[in-house]
Amino acid sequence: MNMIINISRREFIKTGSLIGGGLILGVIPGFNGASGQSSQNFAPNAFIRVGTDDIVTVIVNKSEMGQGVYTSLPMVVADEMEADWSKIRIEPAPVDPAYNHTIWGIQGTGGSTSTWTTWDQLRRAGATARVMLVKAAAGIWGVSPIACRAENGFVFHDETKRQFSYGSLVEKAAQLSPPQDVPLKEPKDYKLIGKPVKRLDTPSKVKGSAVFGIDVKVPGMLTAVVARTPVFGGRVKSISDEKARAMQGVKFIERIPSGIAVIADNFWSAVSGRNALDIKWDEGPLAGFSSMKQRKQYAALSKKTGAVARKDGDPGAALAKAVKKLKAEYEVPYLAHATMEPMNAVVDLREDGCDIWTGTQFQSADRNSAAEILGLKPEQVNLHTTFLGGGFGRRANPYSDFVSEAAHVAKAVRKPVKVMWTREDDTRGGYFRPMWYDRIEAGLDGNGNPTAWRHRIVGQSIIKGTPFEKALIEDGIDETSVEGAKNIPYDIPNVLVELHSPEYPIPVLWWRSVGHSHTAFVVESFMDELAHAAGRDPLEFRRELLNKDPRRRALLELVAQKAGWRDPLPEGRGRGIAIHKSFGSYVAQVAEVSVNKKDGLRVHKVVCAVDCGKIVNPSIIEAQMESGVVFGLSAALFGEITFKKGRVEQGNFNDYKLVRMNHMPLIEVHIMPSEEKHGGIGEPGVPPVAPAVANAVFALTGNRVRRLPIRV
Amino acid sequence: MILLHINGKTHIVDVSPDIPLLWVLREHLGLLGAKYGCGIAQCGACTVHIDGKARRSCRTPVGDALGKEITTIEGIPDDHPVKMAWIDDDVPQCGYCQPGQIMAATALLKEKPEPTDEDIDIAMAGNLCRCGTYQRIRRSIHRASKMMAEGVKS
Repeated sequence: MNMIINISRREFIKTGSLIGGGLILGVIPGFNGASGQSSQNFAPNAFIRVGTDDIVTVIVNKSEMGQGVYTSLPMVVADEMEADWSKIRIEPAPVDPAYNHTIWGIQGTGGSTSTWTTWDQLRRAGATARVMLVKAAAGIWGVSPIACRAENGFVFHDETKRQFSYGSLVEKAAQLSPPQDVPLKEPKDYKLIGKPVKRLDTPSKVKGSAVFGIDVKVPGMLTAVVARTPVFGGRVKSISDEKARAMQGVKFIERIPSGIAVIADNFWSAVSGRNALDIKWDEGPLAGFSSMKQRKQYAALSKKTGAVARKDGDPGAALAKAVKKLKAEYEVPYLAHATMEPMNAVVDLREDGCDIWTGTQFQSADRNSAAEILGLKPEQVNLHTTFLGGGFGRRANPYSDFVSEAAHVAKAVRKPVKVMWTREDDTRGGYFRPMWYDRIEAGLDGNGNPTAWRHRIVGQSIIKGTPFEKALIEDGIDETSVEGAKNIPYDIPNVLVELHSPEYPIPVLWWRSVGHSHTAFVVESFMDELAHAAGRDPLEFRRELLNKDPRRRALLELVAQKAGWRDPLPEGRGRGIAIHKSFGSYVAQVAEVSVNKKDGLRVHKVVCAVDCGKIVNPSIIEAQMESGVVFGLSAALFGEITFKKGRVEQGNFNDYKLVRMNHMPLIEVHIMPSEEKHGGIGEPGVPPVAPAVANAVFALTGNRVRRLPIRV
Repeated sequence: MILLHINGKTHIVDVSPDIPLLWVLREHLGLLGAKYGCGIAQCGACTVHIDGKARRSCRTPVGDALGKEITTIEGIPDDHPVKMAWIDDDVPQCGYCQPGQIMAATALLKEKPEPTDEDIDIAMAGNLCRCGTYQRIRRSIHRASKMMAEGVKS
C-alpha cells in the first residue's frame, strides 16, 4: 500500500541526557538493559542505547514478522555508528510518537516501507551517536575530535595510540548535546550495509526460545476463546451455557461485542467449554449468501460503466478501429492470510493501567483502541510487541480486531487474559484479501501493436470506512484496488481503467502485496494473450512496449538471460514470464512448469530477478523473494476462501491448502545492481508468480488460465 | 497424575490423559518451543519426537506418551548439526514453524543420514512454512547431513 497519511515527518527525539525512566526505560520488562540501569546508559536518541558493558541496544520500531527488520535496520544504525556488530542487541520499541512511521504518522509496519522510510532517520541516529562518542573521547584526551576516529566500537587517537571502548565513554557522552548536523558515511565506507550479514534473530528462532504472542504468560493469566458469528454480520439470538459453565477449568462465560467469550484455566478447557455452548444465531443479511451468487453479481456489475481511474486518449474509438480485438474476464477469490501463528493477544488489566503483549503491525492503533475500550488514557496502556508468527498485513488491522476483542474480554473478567484464535477461527474470521472480477479488452493494429486497453475492476474496497479513507480514496477510487492496473507500464496510446467497489459485510484487508496481488495476474496474463494474438514472443512483445522504461527492460533482459528464455526446453515443459513493479521495486519472474495426469500442474523452477534500488542485506532480499514466490504460488495453486449459506467453507490447512516442501520449485534469485532509491522487499516478490505460472501453463497446454486458483 | 519423560527429565503432571501433549508441554511444563498451528496434524508446528520418531503433539493424547521418551526442540543440543546448519543458512524468517521443522529434520537424519531430495520431500511435507523457507530448509538438511558425515557430533 502506498500510503501517504498525515505527513508529519517527526525527527527522532533529541535528548542528550542520561535517561532515567520515561520514554525508553521500564516499559519492556524482560529485555536486557530495559530497567534498573538508568545511570549506566548513553541514549543519544530514541533508537540507540549504549551501556557501560559496551552493549549497543538498537530500539527497533518495526515489527519483525520474518522480513528481517530486526537485522537490516540495526545494520544501518551500526554501520553509521561504527559499532561492533557482535555487541548489537535489539529491543522492540514501545508505543511512542518517536517511533511513528516517518510517512504515515502512526506507529506501524507494512507496505514494504521499513527500509526506505527509516534509512535517513537511522543513519542520522547512528552517526549522531558516533560523533558524540568521538567528542567525548577527544574531551577526555584534550585533543581535537578531528584527530580521533571511531571504528568497531572504539574511539582511537592514533597519534598517541590511545583508545576508549564505547562503553567506557557512556558517562561523558551522556553529558553532551547532540549535534544538529552530522556527517554521514560514503557508501564505499560501508562495512555492513550491502553485505549478507546473518540475522540477529536466527539463534533464538532455532533454539525455540523466541517469544511470540502465543508464548506470553503473566501470573494469574486465564485463557479465552471466543464463539463468533458463523455468518458475518450475525448476532447472538440466544445462548444456553449451563453445560459449558459446569465444565472443569471453565471460569467465566461473557458476552462481548464479537460473540461469546469462554474464559478458562487453559486453552483446552476454553475450547472444550466453547464446544459445549449452545448458541442460536441471528444470521443477519448474509444468511444464505454464496460465492456463486456473488460471482454472478460481480459479473453483472462488470458490464456496467464504473468510476474512472485512468483515461488516456479514446479507447472506444481505438477499439472500433482495431484490426484484432481480444476480450477476457479474470477472477480471483477471497484469500486468508493464514499466518502460521493464529491471532492472539494478552491483556493484563489493572486498576491503574494495562499491559498488552501481542504480535502486531499497528502499535498505535491497537494501543489506542484498547485504551478506549478499557476507559484508560493511551499512555496508561503499555503495548509490547512480540515476534510475529507471520503478518502479511493481517496484523495491521485498522479496526484492531484481535486486540480490541482481547480488551473486551479483559474488561469483562478483570483478570489477566490471553485470547487465542484456533486455526478455524483464524481461517473463517475474515479480513480477507477481496475477491476480484475483472473484465478486460484490447485492440491490436495491423502490426500487432496494442492501440487500446480497457480494464474494468470489480471488488470490495479495503480502505472504505477506515481512517485511511481520506488519504487513499479519491473521487471514488480506492487506490489500492487499482494499483498495478491503473499504472500499466506499457506504451499503449488509449487506456481506460474503471472500478466498481460493491459493498458487502465481508471483512477485507490488505494481504501481502495488496492490490498488486490481483492486478499483476490480470495485466500480465492479458499481455501474454496479446503477445500470442500478435504472433510475438511474450518477452519481445513486452520489451518493445517498454521503450520509455529502460529499468524494466533491463530487468526483463536479466531474467530472460538467467532463465535461458531463448533456449529450448525439455519435452513436456512450458515457460512463462511476468514482470511487475510494486512498492518501489521491480520483479520479473520466469516459471517453468509441467502438466500431466499423475501430478497435475507442477512448477519446477522460478527464476526471479529483482531491482529494488540500493540494498541493505542481499541475503534477506533473496529470502524475501523466495518467500514472495512461495506465498504467491500458494494463492496461484490452492488459495480460495468461498462461502456457502453465508459460511466460510474452509477452516484449516486440509481445505485451505498452502505450498509444501513437495510442491517446492527451485527458486533462483538475481539482484540487479543499482544505485536508485531503496524499494520495498517484503511484498514485491508476490505479484509476478501467478501470471508467470499461468502463462507457462498456456505455453505448454494452450489453455489460458483466467481464474485462480489454477485448475488444470 | 501422569509421568512424562521429557528431554531426559521426569515430570509429573496432573492432567486428564486425553489432553493433547502439545498443551501439556506448553501450558503445564512451560516448554514453549513446540507451537500450535492447526490442531489437526496438518502443519507440523507442534512436532516433537516420541521414542525418536517425529510426532504431531497436537494430536497425541498425553496419555499415549506415558513412559515414552519425549524430545522437544529444547532437548536438541545447540551444537546439533541441524541447529548449526540452520544458523549457517539463516533459515528462519518469522520463525514460528521452525522448531517443528527442526524436529522433523532431526528425525529424518536419524533415520536417513544422507537423504535425497525426494526423501526430504516426503519427510518434510507435513511441515508448513507460510514464509516459504523450504529452499533453505532443504539446503540446511543437506548441510547437516554433510556435517554429520564429517563427524560433527549429533
